[in-house]
Amino acid sequence: MTDYTDKIKEIAKRVLTEGKVEMVIGFRKGTLPMMNQPHYATSAESANELIWDSNCSLNLANYLTDKKGKIGIVAKGCDSRNIVTHVIENKIKRDQLYIIGVPCTGMLDHYKINSMFDSEILKVEESGDKITITGNGFSETKSKQELLAENCAVCTHRNPVEYDELAGDLVEEQKDVDQYASLTKVESMSADEKWNYFEDLLSSCIRCYACRNACPLCYCPTCFVDESRPQWVGKSQDPTDVKTFHLLRAYHCAGRCTDCGACERACPMGIKVREFTKKLNKDCLELYGWEAGLSLDERPPLDTFKTDDPDEFIK
Amino acid sequence: MKLIKIDRQSLNDGIEKAKSAYRVFGPVKEKNDHEFKLLEKSEMPDLDFQNTRLSPKSIIYPQSQVMFTYSLDESKDDWRIMKEVENVKSPMAIFGVRPCDALAFPIVRRNFDTPDYQDTYWVKAYEATTFVGLACIDACGTCFCTSAGTGPFGEEGLDVLIIADGDDFYAKPITAKGESFIQTAGWTVEAESSVASKIDQLKTAAESSITSSVSTDKLKNKTILELYDAPFWEKEAFSCINCGTCTYVCPTCWCFDVQDETHGKSGIRMRNWDSCMFPLFTHHASGHNPRNVKYERLRQRFMHKLKYYVDKYDNGIQCVGCGRCIRLCPVNIDIRSICNKMNSFDAKNNVCEATSS
Repeated sequence: MTDYTDKIKEIAKRVLTEGKVEMVIGFRKGTLPMMNQPHYATSAESANELIWDSNCSLNLANYLTDKKGKIGIVAKGCDSRNIVTHVIENKIKRDQLYIIGVPCTGMLDHYKINSMFDSEILKVEESGDKITITGNGFSETKSKQELLAENCAVCTHRNPVEYDELAGDLVEEQKDVDQYASLTKVESMSADEKWNYFEDLLSSCIRCYACRNACPLCYCPTCFVDESRPQWVGKSQDPTDVKTFHLLRAYHCAGRCTDCGACERACPMGIKVREFTKKLNKDCLELYGWEAGLSLDERPPLDTFKTDDPDEFIK
Repeated sequence: MKLIKIDRQSLNDGIEKAKSAYRVFGPVKEKNDHEFKLLEKSEMPDLDFQNTRLSPKSIIYPQSQVMFTYSLDESKDDWRIMKEVENVKSPMAIFGVRPCDALAFPIVRRNFDTPDYQDTYWVKAYEATTFVGLACIDACGTCFCTSAGTGPFGEEGLDVLIIADGDDFYAKPITAKGESFIQTAGWTVEAESSVASKIDQLKTAAESSITSSVSTDKLKNKTILELYDAPFWEKEAFSCINCGTCTYVCPTCWCFDVQDETHGKSGIRMRNWDSCMFPLFTHHASGHNPRNVKYERLRQRFMHKLKYYVDKYDNGIQCVGCGRCIRLCPVNIDIRSICNKMNSFDAKNNVCEATSS
């Protein structure tokens, strides 16, 4: 990972010095284990803070929305897909961007790792595909593969799809992974069971909106939950309002979600927010052969019409 | 003051007995983390925790709380009259409050219970509650209570402090409310006099296990505007996504929003926690928003906790050092770094000495 870091710094300094961009958006080391912080560099000095490791799971495309000027951005596979989505949704222009592509081997699941140990984790170090987790009175080394975030474990687009320069060699894409295997359980439930499942999933939601705000797709100037004329959704902890928020947000992401996992990473309560978007991603793949953010030249299925649409009513 | 010795069995028996006189809340493991819950009959708190994910503030100050009901039915005499909901609180006890979270209640009280105004909902719940603290032996790396006005054995805001020593517990009554909780629990065995020095040792060890801190000594002497206009806010706010995590998990954040919800011809007026991180928090009906961009909102939160509160109450900072906002912020905004930046900001030369925590 130090190779990536060095290369990212080198590229960032170069494009800043050459005046190709006004800022480079990347990550800097956080103040906690398994936590890096989105950061912008405007000078060679601040570019020195840039870092890359397996704790860069937030989606940096979220920091591009409606930005002016020329911007450099560090992008792993999913970030690049959300940059593509931003471009086709007119939130940024491709020629405003200098994309530093990072071939990715997956990000760590801090919730999973925390739940493996009874006491606080004080240090997490990585070396190749080995992760060493240290706390008071324990130190264990595990393979990175078993600690990956769920979306990373089934990711089939680790390499950036759109970039100006790469910070490392392209990596082999994962084959024979079933991205939607975990859906089988929910799909086989009865309506009542599904209701209870989602109700339980949301029982700890505090409506902080971290999931929405960490999501690069959620850029509406006024979110439907914040509208007051008319007020579509109540603002209390009433379970109906909490569910309405999550379900409608998921539908707003249909055909746009790249399964980057930022929502889950951001949730302070550890709610598996991807359970809401995953089925819609699967439907888009099955009905329209569509995965979001793979091409600048194709319109998303929900804003276009094709004569071979699988639904009869629309023809 | 006398110390009571309690063995594990008597601790459980005492909690069970207390349930006859109080609604007893305690930490319980839920999914992956501990949270405060109302303990059912024979349910015991799980004391194997560093701190709960959310603070116990919602027991006194629920996230959503109905204050009034009303009718829009013109055929009724009381139509369009706001009727206060019944606000009688039976005695409650929160068992296992950490000293940092306990200090948050007197801090919040400065806002909700003043000589001029009393927030009846908060005050009644607060007054009905006995705070039974549990001293911290095993602090988190993000704890900085010792530089935020309390400590792992801090007593402010508590009625009883319980100290665990292996399978033995010692209860130190702090207030009359605490004495009566101990009496109700049936804890009567006085500890030997040698225990006091043992507890002092535990306290010293716990305090020295706290490795992080904030500097706050210079905050008061700075002018509001020099901090308000400091150059670091925009940079510090870059990663902020303006979610409500920091404010909702904070034991000392007290802001709320009032909402009316009408269903058919009847309705309720309630309050819900609000967050200064949300653009809607300051959005005027005219459409104008005085805190229109995110760094202004982030600045507000830290200026409120670390400057406005400091100046207004002359009683330290509006932060107890629990570290929740640090642990749970999705983008690693760290109040320790920001506090140290504010404290060390030299307006004349436009620099901060502190760059990190």
